[in-house]
Amino acid sequence: MATEFPVTVGGASAPSTKLAGGKRLRFAVPTSENGLKAAHFRNGRLAAALLAPQLLVLLFFFFIPSYKALSLAFVQVDPFGGREIFVGLENFTRLFSSEEYRSSAWITLWFTLIQNVVTIGLAMLFAFATDYVARGKGLYKLVILIPYAIAPVISGILWAFLFNPAVGPLAQLLHSFGIPWDPNRRPFDAQLLVIIASVWKHICYDYIFMVAALLAVPTSLLEASRLDGAGPVRRFFTISLPLIAPTVFFLIVMNFTYGLFETFGIIDAVTKGGPAGSTNILVYKVYQDGFVQLDLGSSAAQSVILMFVAIVFTILQFRGVERKVNYQI
Amino acid sequence: MKENKLGLSIFCHAVLVFAALLVGLPLYFAFVAGSLSLQEVQQAPFPWVPGAHLIDNAVEAWTTGGFGRSFMNSIIVTVGIVVGKLAISLIAAYAVTYFRFPFRMTAFWLIFVSLMLPVEVRIIPTYEAVADTAGPIRWLLNVVGISGALESLFGYRIDAYLQWNMINSYGGLILPLIASATATFLFRQFFLTVPDELCEAAQLDGAGPIKFFWQILLPLSAANIAALCIIQFVYGWNQYLWPLLFTTDKSMATAILGLKNLIPVNDSVPAWNLAMNAALFVMLPPALIILVMQRWFTKGLVDAGK
Repeated sequence: MATEFPVTVGGASAPSTKLAGGKRLRFAVPTSENGLKAAHFRNGRLAAALLAPQLLVLLFFFFIPSYKALSLAFVQVDPFGGREIFVGLENFTRLFSSEEYRSSAWITLWFTLIQNVVTIGLAMLFAFATDYVARGKGLYKLVILIPYAIAPVISGILWAFLFNPAVGPLAQLLHSFGIPWDPNRRPFDAQLLVIIASVWKHICYDYIFMVAALLAVPTSLLEASRLDGAGPVRRFFTISLPLIAPTVFFLIVMNFTYGLFETFGIIDAVTKGGPAGSTNILVYKVYQDGFVQLDLGSSAAQSVILMFVAIVFTILQFRGVERKVNYQI
Repeated sequence: MKENKLGLSIFCHAVLVFAALLVGLPLYFAFVAGSLSLQEVQQAPFPWVPGAHLIDNAVEAWTTGGFGRSFMNSIIVTVGIVVGKLAISLIAAYAVTYFRFPFRMTAFWLIFVSLMLPVEVRIIPTYEAVADTAGPIRWLLNVVGISGALESLFGYRIDAYLQWNMINSYGGLILPLIASATATFLFRQFFLTVPDELCEAAQLDGAGPIKFFWQILLPLSAANIAALCIIQFVYGWNQYLWPLLFTTDKSMATAILGLKNLIPVNDSVPAWNLAMNAALFVMLPPALIILVMQRWFTKGLVDAGK
């Protein structure tokens, strides 16, 4: 998602407060209206003035463009005359019957799935290890965090260099093993390269959340389980993992949105959708069809489909947060 | 609760060293490549030790990539995004949590809906919105009929004068990126946890809404504001798709775009040494901020996800 960090609306009337010892206490704030402070002001004009900038920016750069995308999806635009002819669902039927679009959707599905599983798996392993070790925690965390600051495009450029068939050190290593590595010609190599670059950029995000979630697991539970004879690995799987499950669910959703939308820069820097469309994920295709081939109607229809997917993921994200586990015992 | 499991401890350290290498090695190779000459970077076994051309390459990459200009653009755009987003979302969140007025929930939902659609899925229409910002106003004037009325009054069409284009302007780069409500929600969540007694006490002492905001609420939000500044800085600096579409004029390119243009393509000179060198200095500003302000940022990020 283009959102730079996730936000929830859950807990509108039940915010939590940190108590000593890091435990969270939930209580209901006596508000007459949802999300309104009990002590509030009644100056409607001032409120309108305070809201105006946000609403104006949203109107011009969110609502109007979204409405346009919706309306464009049902018309055919002549790229020269700019005339719009209403064609109903034709853009969509054309898309779904197009071999190219279906293969792009298929590639996107596999790409986001693999990226998701690998990212979560590695982040979980790293978080478990960080939680367990006694020394050097801070330093490890600091290093693992660095890719957060690195743009997806730069991650793409770094890995494109490392695996560049002519000069890249890792490509040279593969060649020395006799593997004919060449992401410019071999679709599988290109797909692998894009996945590596996306995972590398995103592990840090999942890792930060999992380290924080593991810290919040109550020591009393872990202690009790230890006295019952469970080792650290067993404790992780039977106590910690179920307790951090909501975080994991949330991260899975976030990884999907990252894979679907934010990897645009990686694709553009590394493969430009090629070779032979093998890394042409949906968000890249929207851009290509709209800006390179100027097929506005089809591109808008694709945007609408992606909007629908994005809305589903947003709803899932809020759902997951609602089912937050209460650590109070 | 520490138990002595030497084996597991060693395994965990091994895992973390692997993680550190996974992050560090690509950066190290980029550093090495950035310090080699054009001939050295093309030789077959890639060297493990840095060469002697780090500074020369940096100077050459900086000038050929036009980074003097694009760093300036990046700084302006990033600061614009950070300041703009924080300012509008702080006051909007204040309005929806601390004021009772008609349509409060409507305003809240209008903002909330914008969380649903990332910028990438409305690329083309938003491009149009920026290419013709006054378009909706013209449309409104026509629908309401003001345009026609004015035309009969003054004899010329007013909407012809309402041409307002934000392509290749800082406004065009900044505004669409602050059109999302993520920060508003973070502040709203935070304001809801602020004790009610503070506002009651302020009201008893005769403080109005603006005074309460400046003297009490804003200082209380300092930690959240700092965390958001960091997150937004990284977000703004690393933007790629927007600048790519909106800056057809080279003098408006951001640092990330400048870097992208340095990557060798198929038939060009494989100047990876310059590209890698530039990659390092383009990622430096956000990386430094993350490293220096790590504690604030991780807490803020995780709080935002709650």
